[in-house]
Order: sequence, then C-alpha cells, then structure tokens
Amino acid sequence: MLTFITSAIRFGMSLLCGSTGETITEKSGHLNLGIPGVMCVGAASGCLATSKYMAAVGGLTGKSFPVIFFCILLSILACLIGGALMGLIYSFLTVSLGANQNVTGLALTTFGVGVSSMMVAKTRDFVLASRYFTASLPFARSLGWFGELFLSYGVLIYISIAIAIAASIILTRTRLGLQLRAVGESPATADAAGINVKAYRYGATCVGCSIAALGGFIYIMDNLEGNWEYTIDSIGWLAVALVIFTVWKPVIGIFGSIIFGALYICSPFISLSSFSNLTLNQMLAVKDLIKILPYVVTILVLVITSIRNKRENQAPAGLGVNYYREDR
Amino acid sequence: MKKENAITRFIKEPPFHFVKRGEVTKKHAILVRVCAIAAALVLSALIIVILTGKNPFAVYGQFFIGNFGTPRRIWRLLQGMAILLGLALAVTPAFKMKFWNCGAEGQALMGGLVGAIMMYNLGASMPLPLFLILTFIVCALAGAVWAVIPAIFKAKWNTNETLFTLMLNYIAIRLVSFFVMWVSTDGSAVLPPMDSCAMPALFGQSYLFNILLVTILTAALYIYLKYSKHGYEISVVGESENTARYIGINVKSVIIRTMLVSGAICGIVGFLLVVSTDHTINANTVGGQGFTAIMVSWLAKFNPLYMILTSFLLIFLKNGASQISTAYRIDSSISDIVTAIILFFIIGCEFFIQFKIQFRHREKKGENK
Repeated sequence: MLTFITSAIRFGMSLLCGSTGETITEKSGHLNLGIPGVMCVGAASGCLATSKYMAAVGGLTGKSFPVIFFCILLSILACLIGGALMGLIYSFLTVSLGANQNVTGLALTTFGVGVSSMMVAKTRDFVLASRYFTASLPFARSLGWFGELFLSYGVLIYISIAIAIAASIILTRTRLGLQLRAVGESPATADAAGINVKAYRYGATCVGCSIAALGGFIYIMDNLEGNWEYTIDSIGWLAVALVIFTVWKPVIGIFGSIIFGALYICSPFISLSSFSNLTLNQMLAVKDLIKILPYVVTILVLVITSIRNKRENQAPAGLGVNYYREDR
Repeated sequence: MKKENAITRFIKEPPFHFVKRGEVTKKHAILVRVCAIAAALVLSALIIVILTGKNPFAVYGQFFIGNFGTPRRIWRLLQGMAILLGLALAVTPAFKMKFWNCGAEGQALMGGLVGAIMMYNLGASMPLPLFLILTFIVCALAGAVWAVIPAIFKAKWNTNETLFTLMLNYIAIRLVSFFVMWVSTDGSAVLPPMDSCAMPALFGQSYLFNILLVTILTAALYIYLKYSKHGYEISVVGESENTARYIGINVKSVIIRTMLVSGAICGIVGFLLVVSTDHTINANTVGGQGFTAIMVSWLAKFNPLYMILTSFLLIFLKNGASQISTAYRIDSSISDIVTAIILFFIIGCEFFIQFKIQFRHREKKGENK
C-alpha cells in the first residue's frame, strides 16, 4: 500500500508540473495545446544537458557533491530554457502574429515530439545520472512509514510541489497574479487599466512552458529512472486534463495530480483473481482499461462545472481568444 | 510637464507598427502564402543539410523520389492524402461553426473500432456486400455518436468543446487497446488482419476505393457547405451566434446536427482505415492524423477544394521526409519537424495577409489620432 501511494505521488508530480504550467498560461487567456510537445522538449533538453555534462566531467560515479549538485542544477536549467524557447515560439505566433491558438498549439506538439526524439536519438547515457536525481535523504528509510511517505523522494518531486504552492500564492495573493488574471478574464479591460497585455501573455506562456517542461524531465528522470520512452506526449495530455480537473487552481492540483497518478498506475496493484471466468489476457485488458478513469473523471468535472456555472470555477473568460487592441 | 510627455511618447513609439488592410486581394494572399511555404522549405532543407551534410538539391530530390519514385509510392501518396483529406473534411463543418472539434482522432477510432468489432463477430455470418454496407452505416453512426456527446453538452450548458473532445480521444484510444487486448488470445495484444471479410481491392488496387470515396465526399461537402441551407446556417452561427439567433436559426440544433455530420464523416474514415485498408485495428491506427487534419482544414480556410492542395502538401512533406530519414540514416522524427516548421510558417503568414507594416517616418509629425 505504501509503495502504491509513493509511486502515485512520484508519477503525479510530473503531471503536477505540466498542469501548473498550463494553468499559468491559461490564466493569461491562452489555451496552449502545445504542452505535450513542450514536455517532450523539456525532457530532451534536460537529458541532453545531463549527458553532455557527464561527458565533460568524465562520468558522475564517485564524484564529489558539488559536481553532482552542479549537474542537477544545470540539467534543470537546460530543461527550463528548452521549455521557455518553445513558449517563445508559441507566444510569438499567437500573441504577436495573432494566430489561432488551437492550431498553433497542435503544431507545437508535433514540433516538440519531433525535436525531442531528434535530440536524444544518439544519447542514452543519462540513465546513469538518474540515481542522483532520485536520491533521497539518507535517513529517510529509517523513519518508518513517515519517512517513506514524505521524505523518500528525489529533489525534483519537492521542487514541483514548491512550484505549485508558489504559483498558487502568486496567482491569488499578489498584484502580479491579479493583473495576470485580469488579462485572462478581459484583456480589453486590463489594457484600459494600463496593464501591458502582450507582456503578460508572453511572460505567462514562457514561464508556464518552463514549468511544464520540468514535468517532462521529472517523468523521464524520476518516474522512468532515466529510461527514455516516447510516451511523454500522452502524459502531457493528461496534464492538460488535470488543469480542468483542478478548476484552474494549482493547490488543488497537488491532490488532483496524486489522484490522477494513482488512477494511472494502479493497474499492477489490483488483483482480479475473483473473476476466475476471465482468461489471462482479458484480465490484463480490464486492468489496462482502468487508465481510462482520469479522462472520464475530467469529463465529469468539465460537465459538472459547466452545469453548475459557478463563476469561480470557470475557465478564464478570455481563454482561447487573441487580443488585438484595434478590434472592437 | 508637457515636454516630458512629448519625450516619453517619442521614446515609447516604436519605429513601425501594423495596420489592418482594408481589403485583402486574392493575389496578395496567394503571394504571401507561397513566400511562406518557400521560406519554410528553405529552412527545413537547411536543417536537413546541417544534420546530414548533404547537398541541398539532393535533399529536395529525395522529397520527389519519396513521393513519386515508384507507382507504389504514388499510390501511397494518394492513400495518405485520402485519409487526411477525409478527416479534414470531417472537422470542417464544425470548425466553420467555430466549434473546435479536436476529437476527429477519437471519432475516427470509434468508427474503426465498431468496424473491427463487426468484422470480428459478424464477418462470416452474412454475404460480403450486405456485411460491408451494414458495417459502413454502423461505423458512420459510431463516429456520429462519439461527436454528438460533446455537442449536446455544448448546446445545453456551453461546456468547453475543445477540452471535451480532446478527452474523448483518449477514451477512444483506451477502448481500442482494451478491445485488442481482450480478443487477442496469444497475449501479444495484436489483432491479426481479418482479410476474409474486408473490403476487396477495386481493380487490384487496394487504395482505390478509399480515394474514390473521399473524392465523392469532398464534392458532396463542398456542395453541402456552399449551396445548402444547412451550410448557410453553419456559416451564420460561425460568424455570430447572436445574429443567428436574431434571424431565427435554432443555434442548438445547428450545433448538434453539424456535429452529427462531422462525426459521421470521421466514422467513415474509420471504416476506410480499418475495413478497407488495414483489416485490423490498434490504438495507433489513426496515428495523430486527427490533429493534422485540423491544420489541413484551417490552412485551406475551410474550403474543401483547397483542402486537396493542403493535404497534398502535408503528405508530400511527410513521405519526403521519411524517405530522407531512410536515405540519409537520420532519425525518422525529421518528418515531424519538417511538417511543424511548414505549419508554423503558414500559421504565421496569415498575419501578413491581414496586416501591413507601416513605418513611422511616413507619418506627419505631431499627428494625433
């Protein structure tokens, strides 16, 4: 049971980063469907930085703490920059050139999936670095269930929770967040109030993409322990779903992501031996079908929030609509 | 105080700004688009040249070899176009209505899934022509049902359709993999092709039926959108829902009806993919083309006839790029990258069709707007 919860949390955190990033972007009024591509690129640039750094210092085994610390720092930085660059492409096309957001986002996903697999086509040695990313405090195991549940994770997991909390505070408690939400709800009003709409949208998209990129990196480095898989984009869509599930609130995202994570990974933990009339492959099929639940739950949340029509649970009013000052 | 104002205005005013063109001539629009495509081709060739170190003209040559090198490749080009065009046709009525149907992937998969279920369970129990007609209808229905669910919620409660249809895609993918795992007895999760009850090849060409059917669909949808009352209602709802309501169009029923059409076409494409082409199904049967189709439709300004061109462009690039990846031994993802670059350029160039750059020195000093 404990293993189940901890692996749900680990898996959930990659979703959490993706959805926190997308929430920030959506709060500014831009629906970025390129998040799956951004997560791919983030993972690839992080991994590439790791393996380049390892090549430069000649492997990490037996190296001193500062060398390893610098490796982790550099990889995270590379991942953030990769995400921000993708965000820059998206915001240049949608904010400056006023392109359709859905189409741009989908093109960005195609681009990101392609670029990421091109980037890691020749390197897989970052798998060796993974154990430093997942290393937990040395005394965590000795603290029983408490240590196992709260202290047994790698550094990336704590970073993602910190980001979600910080994002939530900034969005709801600061002037910056208030203005960002104003831009997303009604760009024309915000513009009239002297807020630089374009700057906010650029900023929110790039920061959001950086955070989402970190989610992709967590998925590869922490959840899969450095084994590259071409499944990041499906995680990305799950992160987009999570944004709706959390009704655009990053703090709810912490719990939502754990629930999603639990639903997504629970199939190996379930025993169907009571249904003895099923053959083995049918049992596997039923177990696999459980992965459908996050999407079903998201649709339910989407439908319920739209039926109840409570204003604080809605998507930002300006979501998906580009703002051009001269338009009436 | 006054001086300060003048200074700040002088600093803040950029050297140029953009002005919306009053009317856009067709010639200008085509010119901008051709320039954008040319620029994108140059950029993607540059990337390939950097990656491979080969002569750029050889790279372009490979594009043509990959598409027109052998009769088989030409058929493959046409088949790719047919499927992509079919999906693009499907999303067009919805997009024209400003209903962002991002669920073509799932709707086509559901059509295909029902087709596969029919083949698996009923394929041997009735004469082939009857079976094929029945399957065709059921596939179209399955796609329509999958599309009408978000439409009903959109019409009744204004539920966000982009996100709803996106989620339905993943549910459809999971249902397909569930079906395949359920029926595969050897545990490989692969459904072997069921050739005995599949659509037979016309004149020995297995892709010919798909191509013909999509051609008919293209013409039909063009007429439907341009000359029928339904098509008119779709464009009015797309332009302004309030106007539509004012002139007495029942917006809700238009949304639901249009999504039924959109989903049914997706279901038919699912039929083409499963019953007519692959004779089996897996979660990757549609392979993301539901998303590419959105761009095909959008780039063609929702005109079915232009979509033939845009789908040709995208499939040409895809096949050409995959030829390059085998010829020069680079990662096959180059095809995605090239496609995305060309999309970025075409998406971006729309701005320069609608706006023109106005440099500051043209303005008279002290002009106040």
